[in-house]
Amino acid sequence: MLKTDVLDIEKVRSDFPILRRTVHGKRLVYLDNSNTTQKPRAVIDALVDYYSRHNSNVHRAVYALAEESTESYEGARRKVAGFVGAPAKDLVFVRGTTEATNLVRFAWGETHVKKGDLLVSTLMEHHSNIVPWQLLAKRKKATLKFVGLRPDGTLDMESLENLLKESPKLVAFTHCSNVLGTINDVAKICSKARAAGATTLVDGAQAVPHMPVDIRSFGPDFYAFSGHKMLGPMGIGGLLAKKELLEEMEPFHGGGEMIREVFLDHSTWNDVPYKFEAGTVNVADAIGLGAAIDYLSGIGMAKVREHEVKLLDYALQTLAELKGFQQYGPLDLKKRAGVISFNFADVHPHDLATILDEEGIAIRSGHHCAQPLMRWLNVTAASRASFHVYNSYDDVDALKAGLTKAGGIFRV
Amino acid sequence: MSGADIYRELILDYYRNPRNFGRLQKFDIDSRDTNPLCGDEVEIQIRVGEKQEIEEIKFVGKGCAISQASASMLTELAKGKKLDWVREITKEDVFKMLGNPDLGPSRVKCALLGMKVLKTGVYGYLGAHYEDSDGSGGFD
Repeated sequence: MLKTDVLDIEKVRSDFPILRRTVHGKRLVYLDNSNTTQKPRAVIDALVDYYSRHNSNVHRAVYALAEESTESYEGARRKVAGFVGAPAKDLVFVRGTTEATNLVRFAWGETHVKKGDLLVSTLMEHHSNIVPWQLLAKRKKATLKFVGLRPDGTLDMESLENLLKESPKLVAFTHCSNVLGTINDVAKICSKARAAGATTLVDGAQAVPHMPVDIRSFGPDFYAFSGHKMLGPMGIGGLLAKKELLEEMEPFHGGGEMIREVFLDHSTWNDVPYKFEAGTVNVADAIGLGAAIDYLSGIGMAKVREHEVKLLDYALQTLAELKGFQQYGPLDLKKRAGVISFNFADVHPHDLATILDEEGIAIRSGHHCAQPLMRWLNVTAASRASFHVYNSYDDVDALKAGLTKAGGIFRV
Repeated sequence: MSGADIYRELILDYYRNPRNFGRLQKFDIDSRDTNPLCGDEVEIQIRVGEKQEIEEIKFVGKGCAISQASASMLTELAKGKKLDWVREITKEDVFKMLGNPDLGPSRVKCALLGMKVLKTGVYGYLGAHYEDSDGSGGFD
């Protein structure tokens, strides 16, 4: 297997049990990592270990199992927050990025957004960073506007500055586009938005899994990400916000755990971040995410990024050799994550995905939960290949061979 | 037969050269739907004749080979038929029309989008309501 010289790819691949299976008799070539990543044995073991040996509810009972569970859950909180440079108290465990943006919509938006206010998002957002603001704007009779894009698939900073002149309440944007792979200059955008008096929310779902992220270097008000895209389990993610901001917000879900005292006519709230973690929390998956972070830290995020850039570079060159191949996204690799969205001649992405599936190759096809961006690109759908630590040059070659086969079937 | 075998001559031919593609100047029925999973689009227009028959039918759309070929072939099949015929057609008829390809569950929706649009439009015209129980909209 061809290596990128950055990682010991055979060792890494041996850590992921699913990579041993075949699909339609072929080696699994998993290239849908922007959608969700595979899980290393260490993460699977952590889940089995938790349910086999420690399972119990946290923060309530005083017996040994409960104390172990609580310690593991809070240990995971320290680990996950620390991974992006935040103190544990700033991390609210949520189901994922979508729950994080919706939490902000309700717990912050209900009290901070008023009639006539402006909310700002961008044309490159995932639906999870558009729809909550549409719903909030509609309910509050506020306005939602979008930062435009430049032809190379980067944010149009002039468009942003023009919107900032209108003093928006919120600027919600992605750290890294799930379609274009564009890595936004978060420090610059946060600082400009802050200077304009706006609260910032950064969608880190495609950044945290793929590159070193230290939120202290750009200081967003809210930062959201999903565990399942970074080798962790599904159903766990994080919302980071400064303790003071979380304290002044209204609760999101009401129920057990999030309260301090409950009376028949009113209640008082638990300390943050527990105020936002109503009901039984997802202990096992938080611990699983902690194990994923241990695994990624063992490799080092700088190496993860370097590995993916090499694959991206190789893939962009290799696939460009195919007649009819068109990719979207900036060609400057410094501004680009390991994501390639593309179209191939007049083969529709769904037809392409069906043909590639027969070769054991898993790619995403469709609108990638970014329909406004698809319209901007003037396409109804695109195919997308995205990398993580276990991908190799061989996977890129397999994709190219699959595309060549599809070209033959469709007589491109 | 499986996977890539579904892209046989018949489907590719209708994808590349869709019959009845376009819009009608005058029409009595105009029905459009999308498959939100893939973004496939199909719009069918029908001019109804004196005997409640499909006098003229055209479609426009964007999407995968399966969805577009299926819609095109369906318009050919429907042309000249009585409106009531549209009530009779089933998903099995559509699969048969396509040559019974081995479609996985995720592609069945593509194949049935045209039928869903046709039925929704004609049922509406006849004052009825088409309940999509054929599985073509189950994941929406």
